[in-house]
Amino acid sequence: MKNRRFLLAGLLVALLIAGVGSYYASSHPDGLNYVAEQTGFIEHEKKPVDTGSPFQGYSTEGVHDARLSGGIAGVAGVLLTLGIGGGLFWVLRRRTPAEQRD
Amino acid sequence: MHVPDGFLDAPTSVATGVVAAVGVGLALGKARSELDDRTAPMAGLVAAFVFAGQMINFPVGAGTSGHLLGGALAAVLVGPWTGMLCISVVLLVQGLFMADGGLTALGTNITLMGVVGVVVGYGVFRLALAVLPKRVRSVPLAAAVGALVSVPTAAAAFSLLFAIGGTADIAPGKVFAAMVGWHVVIGIGEAIITGLVISAVVASRPDLVRGARGLAGRRTLVTEEVSA
Repeated sequence: MKNRRFLLAGLLVALLIAGVGSYYASSHPDGLNYVAEQTGFIEHEKKPVDTGSPFQGYSTEGVHDARLSGGIAGVAGVLLTLGIGGGLFWVLRRRTPAEQRD
Repeated sequence: MHVPDGFLDAPTSVATGVVAAVGVGLALGKARSELDDRTAPMAGLVAAFVFAGQMINFPVGAGTSGHLLGGALAAVLVGPWTGMLCISVVLLVQGLFMADGGLTALGTNITLMGVVGVVVGYGVFRLALAVLPKRVRSVPLAAAVGALVSVPTAAAAFSLLFAIGGTADIAPGKVFAAMVGWHVVIGIGEAIITGLVISAVVASRPDLVRGARGLAGRRTLVTEEVSA
């Protein structure tokens, strides 16, 4: 598989997982939150700081359909991560001479 | 395993912030050797994929769930230093944009999932690879073993932090036993996901799996020793 096609296929899978698959994820508390409930320190959890992001809590502000709201937040998160991560890694990379590129 | 604000006291959060800053600082320097024109886009994809994977909570019984942490997965795919940066970027996006994981706990979360998760996941992967047969098919299995161990180890690290600087006075042994117990089960899920994803990448593009270097990679010139 060519590089570009592999990367696009991988991105599509990530977008589908975050945009569609996440709706079907378990809504039970995760291991840490469950243990915090059971052993009694969950009440020490503070409300998260409002950063002004429209995607807080993996839902999209103003979108009331749960499937769509979560899906948009998931897609946005994947693209933000790709943008920030990809940008950072592109800046950090060692430059290879043009003739060695594939 | 995203630690919210309020579970750990300020000194502990500052200390883990320092650990995270040192880890990320080292990684920023060392990741350079792992990144080139071909692997940098792959690393961006790996970070995005871990973000997506972390959204899928799978049930582990008794009303609790777990999700991929991704430390072993990222480290095996793109190298441990870049992997550490991948997880840190994911945690940053989650904290800033999704309100998942406290902002004062960002250092704690990077320490637990980015540093401990990656170092243990990658270290155990290397150990497992050293004892398994020297072939590319061993890579997904070794990655799964690394993933399996990394999750309860990160949970144990949280328990240790909570024993030192937890905001509630709870017997440390109780938190430790519950955290490690549940995260062994979550670790099995982590191992399955990690093994399957690495298998899929190894099957299509083994040269993009950093942990498979020397076992697969680009077609190499075969040299044979010829006697006199």
